[in-house]
Amino acid sequence: MAVRRLAPPEVQPKSFAFTAENRAWAEREIAKYPPGRQASAIIALLWRAQDQCGGWLPEAAIRAVGDQLGLAHIRALEVATFYTMFNLAPVGRTYVQLCGTTPCVLRGAEDLKAVCRRRIGDEQHLSSDGQFSWIEVECLGACVNAPVVQIGADYYEDLTAESFEKVLDEFAAGRTPKPGPQIDRQLSAPVGGPTTLKSYERT
Amino acid sequence: MLDDKDRVFRNLYGLGDWGLEGARARGAWDGTKAILEKGRDWIVNEMKASGQRGRGGAGFPTGLKWSFMPKTPERPHYLVVNADESEPGTCKDREVMRHDPHLLVEGCLLASFAMGAHAAYIYVRGEFIRESERLQAAVDQAYAAKLIGKNNVHDFDFDLYVHHGAGAYICGEETALLESLEGKKGMPRLKPPFPANVGLYGCPTTVNNVETIAQAPDILRRGAAWFSGIGRQNNTGTKLFCISGHVNKPCNVEEAMGIPLRELLEKHAGGVCGGWDNLLAVIPGGSSMPLIPAGPDQADTLLMDFDGCREKKSALGTAAVIVMDKSTDIVRAMARISYFYKHESCGQCTPCREGMGWMWRVLTRMAEGRAHKREIDMLMEVTQQIEGHTICAFGDGAAWPVQGLLRHFRPEIERRIDQYAANPHPEPVRVAAE
Repeated sequence: MAVRRLAPPEVQPKSFAFTAENRAWAEREIAKYPPGRQASAIIALLWRAQDQCGGWLPEAAIRAVGDQLGLAHIRALEVATFYTMFNLAPVGRTYVQLCGTTPCVLRGAEDLKAVCRRRIGDEQHLSSDGQFSWIEVECLGACVNAPVVQIGADYYEDLTAESFEKVLDEFAAGRTPKPGPQIDRQLSAPVGGPTTLKSYERT
Repeated sequence: MLDDKDRVFRNLYGLGDWGLEGARARGAWDGTKAILEKGRDWIVNEMKASGQRGRGGAGFPTGLKWSFMPKTPERPHYLVVNADESEPGTCKDREVMRHDPHLLVEGCLLASFAMGAHAAYIYVRGEFIRESERLQAAVDQAYAAKLIGKNNVHDFDFDLYVHHGAGAYICGEETALLESLEGKKGMPRLKPPFPANVGLYGCPTTVNNVETIAQAPDILRRGAAWFSGIGRQNNTGTKLFCISGHVNKPCNVEEAMGIPLRELLEKHAGGVCGGWDNLLAVIPGGSSMPLIPAGPDQADTLLMDFDGCREKKSALGTAAVIVMDKSTDIVRAMARISYFYKHESCGQCTPCREGMGWMWRVLTRMAEGRAHKREIDMLMEVTQQIEGHTICAFGDGAAWPVQGLLRHFRPEIERRIDQYAANPHPEPVRVAAE
């Protein structure tokens, strides 16, 4: 189990409310589930609240989502602390989730970790400029493209220490590098071209 | 080698168009209505005859699972697709969702029809944000083309929803997935009652893996005989293999079930780094399955299907092949897998919650040699006390890899203990390179 606690009171904002746009989006999300089953939308709403708060979930937001869905606050808090993609404390604008599970370790994830430590600092701490933070996560599910990091919504795959540095340089310069494999490779096909499906390449 | 025309996932590498046009050009949504007109029983029987076994890890026969759904429509029925792909080593459903999403959408319609379900949910893991967007786009295309939805061209009202998770391996367990879908913590339920009777919102529910469902349209279009003609008896059809770790060209590939491991690695993945003789061990089916060491009666002769892996005291699982060559610190590699299970345990059952951390700590010490030899037997005993004593199979899946390590690499652990005992050192010693 991962022990996860809410951020200390001094960083917690006093209140939270969805923007009008997000409120309308939340209504559509709730409508995906049968009447009376609006609790099903809690993960979706917490995601949206996390996005609105700049990448993390303040306690006020968790309580507000609970209220909106007619749930006891403890139910909303349970969900927010159970699922590890909900960040309970502020993270950097460029939030690096580095896969550290065995398939990535076999392909060099430890080197990427060293890059993170040197450039950003300790795990789960903001970098000195406040832009970056990083965390070691469990399997990201792109093992044939190991080692992998997730930055925001995108995966950066087939990394080496050098190419990972380049990706971070781009983010530091305010640009978004191209996601996917950082070597010459068609997604999850073998390097050098597919061994199968050659007759379907142009469909 | 499997012929290209026998492959189900014809856009596996994303070279073609993922959208409706491209999917149609590759044969999806062709004659779907004619299949539905043959009726529920025909579809279920055809799935049974195809011999397809679930592609999510447990390998339960799909047709049989579908037949468990009650025939009476007094409560709503649901299909739930498990796209919470998080087993270390596995990355096949991701490719299906982003490159061949219409196979999945069509499969959902067919499977739901066969079970009398008018609504289906696809539970996508939290990390797959782009994949979830792509899948939603495909669902929207299908709605716009009136292939699904109310009053669609198939005369079967059917709604399909994409539900996005938030990072929890345990939600890949079917009842934990249902709990999560209901808006709770993903803690597995006691069975029975099984989901086919009491599933999502207390209604009959079937949970299937993405690959299982996405193969269904091709099976029904081409016929059960086509599918059952590939592979071996009881292990029929094609399978997506994910080859990761120490191979020259890691990749995903669709192959016939029962392909020898060595052929799979050498034909598609460029072989083991440093040649076949440099192989140390292989995990054939995702991190929950026991490793199989190199050797003439072990990895050399391993056939990649359910029975082939079982013969070597492992299991096919998700067919995620993790290859480790002789440069691997095997004890440390397995300790990292134990850490994964420690991190992902939902904490509901004591043997799992406490046992995972215990196994990880002991294995970490053993990787450095800071242990007693009697602790090896103790560790084995603890794995056996976890196995089978938890609500879900997570406990088993975490105990098996440790058992596999102790079964095949005990001399290596003993060597490290001897090495450390000869030279006790307050600092952690690195006995081998990572």
